[in-house]
Amino acid sequence: MKVLKLLLILVFALLLLFAASDLPFRGKADNQMNQRTSMTGTEVPGNYYIREAYNDAHTPNIVTVVLGDYRSIDTLGEQIVIFTAGMITFLLLRNRREDDER
Amino acid sequence: MVFGFYVIFHGHYSPGGGFQGGTLLAASLLLVRIASGTKIANLQFKDYLATPYAAIGVIIYFGTGLLALIMGGYFLDYEQLPLPGLEGADLRYWGILIIELGIGLTVMTVLVLIYDNMVKGEDYA
Repeated sequence: MKVLKLLLILVFALLLLFAASDLPFRGKADNQMNQRTSMTGTEVPGNYYIREAYNDAHTPNIVTVVLGDYRSIDTLGEQIVIFTAGMITFLLLRNRREDDER
Repeated sequence: MVFGFYVIFHGHYSPGGGFQGGTLLAASLLLVRIASGTKIANLQFKDYLATPYAAIGVIIYFGTGLLALIMGGYFLDYEQLPLPGLEGADLRYWGILIIELGIGLTVMTVLVLIYDNMVKGEDYA
């Protein structure tokens, strides 16, 4: 059984290595993720962000502009998730304390 | 704490922003709570204030978006914010800063809130 487990891990590692050998090199100009248009022929939005982020918001950090401006509703969702996590600890621990007092 | 504020306000020029800066601010508050206990830490930041502040942070972000909506733009369209003396791209700059402050406030207070609730839960269990 132990041999079987080891063999399974080995096969899986070889599979991953085989898959990794087919990945494109980083930073190559003709990779798909560096192309101006996607595979279906439409324009990639990241293209616009890189060209126009400074003109739109006068902020040198493109990541800040994308998170705070273009994708601001997503960031609002993230903030509400954190707020909800805080509320959950608040509610759970509050309830248990009142049960103990009874 | 100064470094936390630096990370929030300098997020426009270097890696950083509301989430990271809020975490650093929370670290500064939590170190006092761990080191000296709840009683002294309450002199610095009262534990019952954490929940309303977290709600205020969310309201700052949402209110900014809603204000832009009321002033005639899209939701979270900072160009329509009624700040005097600014226009266009500069207004977006300040809009991003305002929402980063809201995020920082929420992250800081929620982390403190989680810590406080865990400590209190252990006391009574």
